Amino acid sequence: MVDLLEAVIRGLGRGSIYALLALGFVIIFKATRVISFAQPAFMLAGAVLVTFLVGPLGFWGALIAATLLTALLALGVERSAVRPMVGRPAFVVAIITLGVDIAVRVVVNAFLGINVRQVDDPWGLKTVELAGLRVEQRHIAVLLTTTVLVAGLFAYFRFTRMGLAMRAASYDQEAALAQGVSVGSVFAVSWAMAGGLAAVAGTFVAAGENVDGLMWRIALVALPVIILGGLDSLPGAVVGGLLVGVLQELAANYQAEYAPVWLGENVSIITPYVVMLLVLLVKPYGLFGTREVERV
Amino acid sequence: MLQVTNLEVVYDDVALVLRGISIRVAPGQIVALLGANGAGKTTLLRAVTGLLDVHEGEITKGSVSLDGTPIHKLRPAAVVRMGIGQVMEGRRIFAELSVEENLRLGGHTSSGSHKERLERCYSLFPVLATRKRSTAGYLSGGEQQMLAMGRALMASPKYLLLDEPSLGLAPKLVEQIRDLIVQINASGTGVLLVEQNATMALSIASHGYVMENGKIVLDKPSGELLADEDIREFYLGSHTKSFRDVKHYQRRKRWLS
Ligand SMILES: Nc1ncnc2c1ncn2[C@@H]1O[C@H](COP(=O)(O)OP(=O)(O)OP(=O)(O)O)[C@@H](O)[C@H]1O
Ligand SMILES: [Mg+2]
Repeated sequence: MVDLLEAVIRGLGRGSIYALLALGFVIIFKATRVISFAQPAFMLAGAVLVTFLVGPLGFWGALIAATLLTALLALGVERSAVRPMVGRPAFVVAIITLGVDIAVRVVVNAFLGINVRQVDDPWGLKTVELAGLRVEQRHIAVLLTTTVLVAGLFAYFRFTRMGLAMRAASYDQEAALAQGVSVGSVFAVSWAMAGGLAAVAGTFVAAGENVDGLMWRIALVALPVIILGGLDSLPGAVVGGLLVGVLQELAANYQAEYAPVWLGENVSIITPYVVMLLVLLVKPYGLFGTREVERV
Repeated sequence: MLQVTNLEVVYDDVALVLRGISIRVAPGQIVALLGANGAGKTTLLRAVTGLLDVHEGEITKGSVSLDGTPIHKLRPAAVVRMGIGQVMEGRRIFAELSVEENLRLGGHTSSGSHKERLERCYSLFPVLATRKRSTAGYLSGGEQQMLAMGRALMASPKYLLLDEPSLGLAPKLVEQIRDLIVQINASGTGVLLVEQNATMALSIASHGYVMENGKIVLDKPSGELLADEDIREFYLGSHTKSFRDVKHYQRRKRWLS
């Protein structure tokens, strides 16, 4: 039992990171109907920025600064590479974001160099005893940070003028325009948000470890997450992310006991895709997706 | 004064849909714009509100001006800020959002709190006040039309453009909508009323235009239009605006010209 609960908490920590990344994908998709493949680069950029800023600013200060800077970077990318392509087929724009991703990662990797860089988080691999469970502090930290961010996002979309405008534009762009909503600002804000969320995710991936140039691959797990959660659903991104994180940890924890040997030792890697497949068999538009959304 | 002068609009670089349209709406006036399906009424409204872009449409000639200031190069948001509100064809409410959220969106460009504007809206459309938390998509057709009108009024426009507000509504509701338009106008808002229900439109408008194939073919005070033979026969004759009749009308016109 203790074993199971500990795995679940680890899973929630890992799932929080997926949720942050998936939220970025979904926010951009809702605004522009395009899947942006630039998320992995923003994630790496955020973590690398933290490694440079953590000295003068401390961890939280560096995290906030890196988040804002990455949001700014995303804003610049949107304005220069994506906005001019508005109106082109979604597939074309998606490929452009893929190019952006590679370009940004090349630059960021240059800053990363061959040195071992760390985000110097306060937790490392330290654990804490919670109701008889041994829990890594960094998992608690990312879970709490994600909770705060998600609550903030939901409040933003519910109560603020721009948040409401973004929701309206995602349902009917022309009608939103007719109310005086600037669709350009909607695009810009959604890219900035996605960039910031990816930066936070990247920093927490690196917490307790080094910044690895290959860590962007984790962002790819967000793809099955958003599809199983429903491409256009923010709650779907959160629930899907946490679900996949937990199932992955459970798979890693129990595969030695229960999985057949021929499956190898890394069942947890394919878990997200298996879950996605199973969900889509039952719910073709994902857990929370709406019907009209085009299929990828 | 809202003024459209010699306007030409082309869709997709090829289809000339408006061929030199001129109309004017004076402050506080109700003007009716009549015309059969495909005449270009909605296109004219899009040209005024900056929504042609969305449809790959473009103004190739002419101008739209508000109190002498040209506005046809402005973005939709700027047009709303200048004081032109619109109720789009088919209402286009945000079905997934609540009634009050729809109204708040109407006030997107207005500064300050929505509170007072919402109050005004609810006093004009009491039915919306009782449903403010409901999902807009579950409202009846008439209620949705009122929501679309209330949403446009949230920006306190000087001119309100209405695209076929009576479409698909029962006669009783059409009457109610008509009375509401009169009430909105009475508080000083100029109205450009696009309608296929000519009886309704001409009963409240002071002036009317009839459009056909992208041109204004009649431009008269409503009283005279109501008395006009062609209008009587083809727009006022039967309430069921049959497409075949309209087609017949167009054929005959071409034959005569
Ligand atoms: N997005 C578009 N692209 C190309 N052609 C269009 C577009 N929208 C409208 N048209 C054409 O322009 C002409 C005028 O259309 P418009 O919608 O303005 O007419 P309307 O008078 O509003 O008709 P209705 O009474 O049916 O609403 C029609 O021939 C229509 O096919
Ligand atoms: Mg029309």
